Amino acid sequence: MWTMWKAASPNNFNPAAVPGLMRMPKSRGGCPATLMKKIQRLEMEGISKSFHGIHANKEINLSVGSGEILGLLGENGAGKTTLMNILYGLYQPDAGQIKINGRPVRITNPMESILFGIGMVHQHFMLIQNHSVIENIALGYKDTPFFFPKIKIREKVASFSRQFNFTIDLNKKIWQLSAGEQQRVEIIKALLNGADLLILDEPTSVLTPKEIEELIIILRQMKADGHCVIFISHKLDEIMNICDRVVVLQKGSIVGSADTDQTDKKTLARMMVGRDVVFNISKEKLTKGQQILRADQIHVTGDMGLPAVKGVSFDLYENEIFGIAGVAGNGQRELAEAITGIRRIDSGKVTINGKDITNLSPRHIYDHGVSHVPEERIRFGIAPGLLLYDNAILKQHHLKKFSRRYFLKYNDVKTHTQGIVDDFKVLTHSIDNQIRNLSGGNIQKLILGREISEQPRLLVASHPTYGLDVGATEFLRHHLLKLRKQGSAVLLFSEDLEEIFELCDRIAVIFAGEFMGIFDSDDERLCEIGLMMAGSKRI
Amino acid sequence: MEEIIISTLQRAMVAGTPLLLATTGEIICERSGILNLGVEGVMALGAVTAFIVTMTTGSPWLGVLAALAAGMVISVIHAFTSVTLQANQVVSGLALTMLGLGLAGMVGKPYVGKPLTIKMEDITIPVLSDIPYIGKALFSQSPFFFMAVGLALVSWFFLQRTRLGIQIRSTGENPKATETQGVNVFLIRYMSVIIGGGFSALAGAHLSISYSKSWIEGMTAGRGWIAIALTIFALWNPGRAIWAAFLFGGIFVAQYLMQPLGISPNFLAMLPYIATLLILVLISLKDPRKLNAPAMLAAPYKRGER
Repeated sequence: MWTMWKAASPNNFNPAAVPGLMRMPKSRGGCPATLMKKIQRLEMEGISKSFHGIHANKEINLSVGSGEILGLLGENGAGKTTLMNILYGLYQPDAGQIKINGRPVRITNPMESILFGIGMVHQHFMLIQNHSVIENIALGYKDTPFFFPKIKIREKVASFSRQFNFTIDLNKKIWQLSAGEQQRVEIIKALLNGADLLILDEPTSVLTPKEIEELIIILRQMKADGHCVIFISHKLDEIMNICDRVVVLQKGSIVGSADTDQTDKKTLARMMVGRDVVFNISKEKLTKGQQILRADQIHVTGDMGLPAVKGVSFDLYENEIFGIAGVAGNGQRELAEAITGIRRIDSGKVTINGKDITNLSPRHIYDHGVSHVPEERIRFGIAPGLLLYDNAILKQHHLKKFSRRYFLKYNDVKTHTQGIVDDFKVLTHSIDNQIRNLSGGNIQKLILGREISEQPRLLVASHPTYGLDVGATEFLRHHLLKLRKQGSAVLLFSEDLEEIFELCDRIAVIFAGEFMGIFDSDDERLCEIGLMMAGSKRI
Repeated sequence: MEEIIISTLQRAMVAGTPLLLATTGEIICERSGILNLGVEGVMALGAVTAFIVTMTTGSPWLGVLAALAAGMVISVIHAFTSVTLQANQVVSGLALTMLGLGLAGMVGKPYVGKPLTIKMEDITIPVLSDIPYIGKALFSQSPFFFMAVGLALVSWFFLQRTRLGIQIRSTGENPKATETQGVNVFLIRYMSVIIGGGFSALAGAHLSISYSKSWIEGMTAGRGWIAIALTIFALWNPGRAIWAAFLFGGIFVAQYLMQPLGISPNFLAMLPYIATLLILVLISLKDPRKLNAPAMLAAPYKRGER
């Protein structure tokens, strides 16, 4: 197979023009050779799957054909990812079947789906963080030679990525790459395996606007080449822009489907959440109160040992939401961690109500009234294996109301948790459930409930609605505004400009660890926010 | 003086041989994400198997093969509990140690104290073994020595320079991601645990048919635990394990040399563990990423779990 690679001029490689090329000459994993031809049509019929007694998918029927981009739209927890994991062979459906080109197939593991020509880019990238790019590609590439894999596939991978204008140092470790770069590694992996059907799970959630445009160009190119693409998203704009047809999932079932040129955003949004969505939240005018937070010339070092925040100063008042806009990786995470005490501040000073909290422990900072909704909710916001009520009092277990001397008052803890679950509409069948069984949106609702249940002076919210569906997003934003009205201050980090403009009283734009400017939300200069986020303008 | 240096070096190499074999096995196993604390038990079982088979058949190589087979078979238990049943690997590993030690003591009872008359000939490499000081120590040794170094080098090559190696290391780092790339994580882990067990048993065989040429209960004397410490000390790299194992072998020999000087052998017996702790502390302080521990070591992997 390796010699075939060399024979087929790698420089202008077109997967569609040579359909047999990327196939293994003989089947591995027992797939009949007749099924190895290009996917013309893929159908899923009557697929059902449940976890712990909860239906994730209920009798799903869908199909996608060659040259088509199918959108899969739904709120978080609607079952989109589960459905695609079934198609990719990670889960087995409880009922139903998959057909490729009209023939029923059984996909019991990912290798089989790869051999059928299915490729998947997962929302949470399936990359080995401690390994280099080339090692990750060698792991997933089906024709990797046994001996000296890294040396032998390097040239192939390099020319392949050049063709898609991907410039990534193949020797870099994955943890050194930005999210956008990591996604490109994932796409290269899928395309290199000759995927006819590419599944993209929430692909744009981690990308910058420019990277999204590049992704769209790649998808259009794939469509023209006759590939099938399944595009999972909950962003209506993208679905309308990219997809030919859209299927809407709600609570595990299909509630509607439409051609994108015969429908509109409002209809889709209605199908998705089952009711009308208010797209513009109007916030009341409030006069700001006393100063709560003051940050003075903060310097913080990032994970790679380089300065990540370089001399940032700002202040924050009661009844105010202060937004920090910027493209991911420009120091937002480090700044949020520095203020909440997770990361050391190299120099500078942070005060809350005039009291110095610089480099105190996160617990002490919490005791000063600073709550935190962290950016990676599963990694930093919860303990996935613990029950809902354990997670509902993380950071608060030491409070008098939850503990007596050395013992927790579980009755009070459970009452408190049930209160959060009810108030914040967390969907779960019981609070005696491991929190990992909840969907992202419900986990985030519980985290927010926990963080604001004690009426914080300041809430630091990092990308609170990242990856959430329209319904949950609206819900969380309302709660942020409610908190503002009650006299707290909110420091909001977000990449979503719509969110920033809707919620914030003042907006700072961060680029490469520095503020490009701080503005009132009605400042006209904000029309140039795009330029400032890209670092080409400073005010 | 020259005599002492040469004999010390030579004995350090001999003492390091079983450590290197067992460490290489443990590295392969841990690289796939499975912690195997059963090394000590498997080693004892390997020792007794090799001894009995060699004594009854008269062929040390048959003894070695039998030990290898015994080590691999008993390791299937650990693979089954930790991979298939996803049980706690520490508990399962400790149980394997108890089982191995007990089984070896029981089976070996009739053979205790009997001397082995069949000898394994040393291999002497001409010319190289004439190098002053190190020649004899490095190039005139038992076949086990060459086997240990060879297997460590081959293992390094496999882990770093082959597709299978990438699959094994990826499994230990992130089994879920590895599985989505079409790799059979369960198979890789079974294989790694079984190979690791085979290596431990070889280490035991060296003790009973080459090193002491006899069998008594408890002759492994904690070498299995040192191998586990060495795995960390070598930062999960078989190449580094080579010099580390012989360094620890040197400490073993030093226990006897230093005794007349009034240094307690108990102190020297502690040294391998202290050295391992020191390495852990120093590297963690400097750059934890350099520690290179498999990220998902000892974490059971469940398929289809969200």
